Amino acid sequence: MDWSPLWISLKTAGAAIVITFFLGIAAAWGVVNLENRRVKVILDGILTLPLVLPPTVAGFFLLEIFGVRRPLGRFFLEIFGLKIPFSWQAAVIAAVVMSFPLMYRSARGAFEQVNPDLMAAARTLGMGEWKIFYKVLLPNALPGVASGTILAFARGLGEFGATAMIAGNIAGKTRTLPMAVYTEVAAGNMDEACRYVLIILTVALLSISLMNWAAMGLDRGRGKE
Amino acid sequence: MKPESEKSRYLEEDELLWVDMEKELKEFRLKVQFSCRRERVGILGPSGSGKSMTLKSIAGIVSPDSGRILLRMPGNQGEKPRTAELFSREKKINLKPQRRRVGYLFQNYALFPNMTVEENIQAGLGKKGDQKLLADFIRRFRLEGLQKRYPSQLSGGQQQRTALARILANQPAALLLDEPFSALDGYLREELRMELSSALRDFEGPVVLVTHDREEAYQLCSRLVLMDKGKVLAEGPAREVFSRPKTCQAARLTGCRNISRIRRISPWKVEALDWNGLVLETAEKAGGDVKAVGIRTQDLTPVSDGLGVNRIPVKHPRMEEMPFSWQICLENGIWWEMKKQGWRGPETLELPEWLYVDPAAVLLLQGE
Repeated sequence: MDWSPLWISLKTAGAAIVITFFLGIAAAWGVVNLENRRVKVILDGILTLPLVLPPTVAGFFLLEIFGVRRPLGRFFLEIFGLKIPFSWQAAVIAAVVMSFPLMYRSARGAFEQVNPDLMAAARTLGMGEWKIFYKVLLPNALPGVASGTILAFARGLGEFGATAMIAGNIAGKTRTLPMAVYTEVAAGNMDEACRYVLIILTVALLSISLMNWAAMGLDRGRGKE
Repeated sequence: MKPESEKSRYLEEDELLWVDMEKELKEFRLKVQFSCRRERVGILGPSGSGKSMTLKSIAGIVSPDSGRILLRMPGNQGEKPRTAELFSREKKINLKPQRRRVGYLFQNYALFPNMTVEENIQAGLGKKGDQKLLADFIRRFRLEGLQKRYPSQLSGGQQQRTALARILANQPAALLLDEPFSALDGYLREELRMELSSALRDFEGPVVLVTHDREEAYQLCSRLVLMDKGKVLAEGPAREVFSRPKTCQAARLTGCRNISRIRRISPWKVEALDWNGLVLETAEKAGGDVKAVGIRTQDLTPVSDGLGVNRIPVKHPRMEEMPFSWQICLENGIWWEMKKQGWRGPETLELPEWLYVDPAAVLLLQGE
């Protein structure tokens, strides 16, 4: 059996969640702090778009942006010598774009749940805004941020449509687990497909349990049962 | 109160805090003006009267639409004290909360749930805090043994002490207390009032307390500002505000239960229209602007006969028994409160036939 889809999936989903985590939190913090309501609503819509778009449409846009004849694609090609389409980096980009809204929305919701008095208190105590963010806001929003991370990771792991569009289905290079399942079913190898399905199930269950367990330990550390 | 538009106003000799601000709120326009010396000033008013908004404006958590806020900053280590302009619409000054040196005690204390008692106080100490100073605050606020606990593991009283320690560790120039006891149970509340009072004894700056509890305001503050619907109704020494309310609103806010519209008969005699035309003599001259009178429930005394002035017959009373007093509603709608003399008396109350109110206890009120 070919194990490469597992490693490719873990590599791309792992890289993607690291990027999504920071991007999503930064975007959430930025939007929460916006004063202008109209700008807030519009920006929120744009940032949530990948969640409501069919993945193939998102993939289409990604091809339009990162294609070798497009400005950004050419930029990567000429400066870094990196051809984005049909590379494993493309799979990461697809996973980031598709999982970003989940991270962003969860983080935003979690930030908005934190009692604003805490931030006000921190300000009257003379704490700087950046320190307030990582010492007060983020730690107190952690349960929501953690569940957002789980959701985003799961979404990245299962990403199919946009990945197929921009990264393709190259065995040993961009064939992730969902791609492998599709390929085997298309070729009529149901036993092989079943094995990949079992691997996906195991990875998904393991990662979610691990994160839940970490979140529980966190709560206990603060004296909550 | 000082005249309006004091753009060039400066803090007077012993004034430490001066607030003059307006802010448009959803329901009304908030307009406050008061000053504070080295004392405790209480802002007393019903919920939603704009009290908390006033405090938040002083702390810089929200911004007023116009006005000025001045605060005397004590000098650290031999520096001279200076007057800081926290907010000024004219000069476009709006200091960040971080730079106002104003300590704010929130209703629910706003302790950081992710930090231990120690870390919370450390957050107040900031960079200047060393272990010795921290230990000092832990001891002063009787938090020994609780250093490693999280706020959720503390009692209400311990939380309040931690919050106070955290605020005072930050060496504020002024203290703002926002309904500090509303999160607590009744009996704990009374105990903590005493505790807060003694914790603040050494504080050198002005203290502003916001509350809807009359007793709390009276007990803790030497001066009071009465507020309702964004307006200041009365301001002055606590005793005076309570003993001589000038308007119906002020009388009601200070707990006067009996208020009646009147018709003037003579400068010292009025007819209470809402009390079946009861005729009352007053000790003070009732001017043309007096529209109502008030009588506190405790100011009625039993007498044996109806001869003489200001006698009120006790007929068909409705009685409510409270733990330590009787609340009695007379036929004409006046409420009378009689303190119980311990528990040994009879279970039912023997009522007098007449009540008397001293002309000096009849409050002359203007306006609504």
